[in-house]
Amino acid sequence: MVGSRAPKLSGIQKQVLSLYRGFLRTTRSKPPENRAHIESIISGEFRKNSKLIDRKDFLHIEYLIRRGKKQLDQLKTVDSVTLSSSNVDDSTKP
Amino acid sequence: MATSLVRRALSRVQSSSAAKLILSRAHASEPQNQQAKPTAQSTHSLKNFQIYRWNPDNPGKPELQNYQIDLKECGPMVLDALIKIKNEIDPTLTFRRSCREGICGSCAMNIDGCNGLACLTKIPSGDATMITPLPHMFVIKDLVVDMTNFYNQYKSIEPWLKRKSPAAAGWEGKEIYQSKKDRAKLDGMYECILCACCSTSCPSYWWNPESYLGPAALLHANRWIMDSRDEYTQERLDAVNDEFKLYRCHTILNCARACPKGLNPGKQIQNIKSLES
Repeated sequence: MVGSRAPKLSGIQKQVLSLYRGFLRTTRSKPPENRAHIESIISGEFRKNSKLIDRKDFLHIEYLIRRGKKQLDQLKTVDSVTLSSSNVDDSTKP
Repeated sequence: MATSLVRRALSRVQSSSAAKLILSRAHASEPQNQQAKPTAQSTHSLKNFQIYRWNPDNPGKPELQNYQIDLKECGPMVLDALIKIKNEIDPTLTFRRSCREGICGSCAMNIDGCNGLACLTKIPSGDATMITPLPHMFVIKDLVVDMTNFYNQYKSIEPWLKRKSPAAAGWEGKEIYQSKKDRAKLDGMYECILCACCSTSCPSYWWNPESYLGPAALLHANRWIMDSRDEYTQERLDAVNDEFKLYRCHTILNCARACPKGLNPGKQIQNIKSLES
């Protein structure tokens, strides 16, 4: 990325990106056969939330960053080899 | 103090005639006491609980939700009211609870502006009671707060026995004896259940939650400093001897007021300070 053309990022955006980078970096320490799967879950979650959440909704974003940090700590432990996610069908909610 | 609180909580029986217990608890052995119940209770049966609600799946501004329950059909403690609300009115209400007798420390919350365990706090008299999560903690959902930082601080004081000298021959892996006098030094500290009521009531901890250890962790630090069997006393003293870790305590003593087990963390912190030279 060329420095002069890069968009100026706010503090919270930098936090999100560094969290994302942390996740991808941690993925490299996991078994290669799981890596693609883990990465797809991670980037899927980030991309979903980037569209879903209003960029001014700081309370929510901060909450997600805290949750993400916790999940990253969990992923960093040597014992965890893969990620899994479950889809909750939104249509069943009242 | 601690045992009496537990006993008080234990004396509560979970039954439908709980309202009767509110009146009869003080003199549980006197049968004539029960005659007073209908007149005293009939005026105060309905009570409003305003409970902090915030749901991470549907995030907006947190709000207070009002629940009205009949105290005649509810146990005497705040936790009984919460369980009743969850069972009968709103199953989405989220809070931590486990032992319901003040020994697990799960149900710490802020009740009418005072930190305490819901299971040891009687439902306050009066029209309405406000229940919010522990102050200055990140909320996970409703009354559940994120205790990660609090537990990490407890971990940082290394709350386990550390020895330098090897065990005597034949005593490997066995207990290390302690005189009664040495054991008595631990009274007022070993009772702590890490409910976080003290730390979250401390203004110093509110402003420096990351750097100041807080009353609960420092009380445990002192517990290991005072332990006659521990041989890392000086190292432990050096580890907390820090402008922020220890000396953010300004002896406000909110911790002693908040502690549901009747301990005085402020006094224990004072003891650490006096040992630091």
